[in-house]
Amino acid sequence: MTTQVTEHRSSPAARTVLYVVLTIIAVVWLIPSLGLLVTSFRHLEDINQTGWWNVLLHPGAANLTLQNYAQVTGIDKAGAGAGVDLGNAILNSIAVTIPATVIPIFIAALAAYGFAWMKFPGRAFFFIIVIALLVVPLQIALIPVLRLYIKAHVAGTFVGIWFAHTAFGLPLAIYIMYTYISSIPRDIFESAFVDGANHFTIFTRLIIPLSIPALASFAIFQFLWVWNDLLVALVFLGSTAGVQVLTVQLLNMVGAYGTDWQLLTAGAFISMIFPLAVFFSLQRYFVRGLLAGSVKG
Amino acid sequence: MIAGPLIVIGVLVVGFIFLKDSSAPKLVIVVVAIIWGVGGTVALYLLAATYVSKLRLSSQRKIAPVIFVGPAVVLLGFFLVYPTIETLYLSFFDATSSKFVGLKNYVFALTDPSMTESFRNNALWLVLGTGFAVLFGLIIAAMAERTKRWFELTVKSLIFMPMAISMVGASIIWLFVYAYRPPGNPQIGILNAVWAALGGEPVAWLLKGPLNTLLLIVILVWIQTGFAMIILSAALKGVPTDLLDAGSIDGANELQIFFRITIPYIRGTIIMVTTTIVIFTLKVFDIVLTMTGGNYGTQVIANAYYAQEFQSFQPGRASAIAIILLILVTPVMWYNLRNFRGQTEAFK
Repeated sequence: MTTQVTEHRSSPAARTVLYVVLTIIAVVWLIPSLGLLVTSFRHLEDINQTGWWNVLLHPGAANLTLQNYAQVTGIDKAGAGAGVDLGNAILNSIAVTIPATVIPIFIAALAAYGFAWMKFPGRAFFFIIVIALLVVPLQIALIPVLRLYIKAHVAGTFVGIWFAHTAFGLPLAIYIMYTYISSIPRDIFESAFVDGANHFTIFTRLIIPLSIPALASFAIFQFLWVWNDLLVALVFLGSTAGVQVLTVQLLNMVGAYGTDWQLLTAGAFISMIFPLAVFFSLQRYFVRGLLAGSVKG
Repeated sequence: MIAGPLIVIGVLVVGFIFLKDSSAPKLVIVVVAIIWGVGGTVALYLLAATYVSKLRLSSQRKIAPVIFVGPAVVLLGFFLVYPTIETLYLSFFDATSSKFVGLKNYVFALTDPSMTESFRNNALWLVLGTGFAVLFGLIIAAMAERTKRWFELTVKSLIFMPMAISMVGASIIWLFVYAYRPPGNPQIGILNAVWAALGGEPVAWLLKGPLNTLLLIVILVWIQTGFAMIILSAALKGVPTDLLDAGSIDGANELQIFFRITIPYIRGTIIMVTTTIVIFTLKVFDIVLTMTGGNYGTQVIANAYYAQEFQSFQPGRASAIAIILLILVTPVMWYNLRNFRGQTEAFK
């Protein structure tokens, strides 16, 4: 409604200016990413000879290739970029991200249900700790946890990083889930209890299905967070060969192939495919999660 | 009765050993890892649920909360609460973590030239990065709201998109924007190409302080404007129409309505968005590490922490920096707690 009212008020000239200015802003925002995408399909000689925008200006003369992608994924093992194997890093990122997304959702849903619908000693105390931990910088935890991990021989393992990500994601997950679960009407539970259900059946049969929107919002949030994370991956997997995730591999590539733009751009774009796909297909849930959880630090 | 848990625990142990020292093909390991991690968590819950459900109702009431809240409390205690205390302790010890040095690490963290540079840069990041992200977010949200729906959605999607990618990826995008070739060579970075077209000599942007810090802040603004825009856009749509109509009946023009009615109405959201970006900015380290490694005068607190711990092997100093970061966020923590207590009925 707001839109229509304000649209009536603006003059046609003002409205044209609005569209032009917004188009310019959107194009400016897009240009850096476009440069990366175009460059990732060009030969190194072309990249160094002419700016990437020439491909858009003279599309007929563009000489594009998929070679760069073959090189960074290890399909083409010869030539520049030998030793870069993002194919492996993609698998590692998947192996880290899926459990590190599902495990915290499950544990947080349990905890949120407990906080919302059970009475037990220390309930308020523990919940205050959860809220306080929402903005705590991760840096505070890394050194002690890494030391314990080294002692327990889980530094450099998937298991180690799953639990680190799970714990670091929990405060936000519990907060989002608590807000949602505590707003489910009490009558639903009471009739279930009368029918003889206990907390476990209520949780699996009622709470999980009813909370799907909140679960989905947090899942997308946590997926993007873990997939894009550099700090936790560097600390807990970083120096171990074979388990490095995409972000760590990309950082290494910047150091080793700083001017091989054909490799850097193709590698960077590969790391963005999954998050962009998730983002564009599930934007609605992501926005909802952001609105609910923008207290996270 | 006993077989169930033994089988579950046995499978979990075998799975763990397989994952730790396996030479199987990567794809097999990844699939096993996902099944083990996800399935193991669910299996442990189902096991607990089955056993507790068999108990008498009065004991069930006592044990059920432990099963629901227990895992989260244990994880948070182990991964966040205990390490915070340990970090505080380590911050009073030297590089070997065995010799007590009093406040020496804090003196370093607050007075060393590399650290004062970090604090100065972080102040710039906080003021300019957060300021422009919120300002652009607000302006774009307000403008987009006045356009046709398909246009609004397209513009917002494009500006929101950088939120989805990693900061390492974003940094590579911008490394290419800022790319520099010596004069006489074709400029392939778009900033130098534009600069040269305007008649300037090519500049090695990232080596030139203090300009380089501003150029790194541009990346943050590029990422965070979308966040501010989405949240503020939702808030703008929540401003009641009759309030805006009342303004226009009273003869106010659009700008007056925006500043006198809309802005005060969404003030709470603006504060919330600003706080969130401030905290994000305080901890930003990926951009600096990827773009300059903290060199050429671009160091920031979060990267100084990383450099002290993992490059200089000074856990005492790194811990002191971490504690300072924690202290810097405590006002927000306090605000969240107060806010939450006001909101919820359940804990009164």
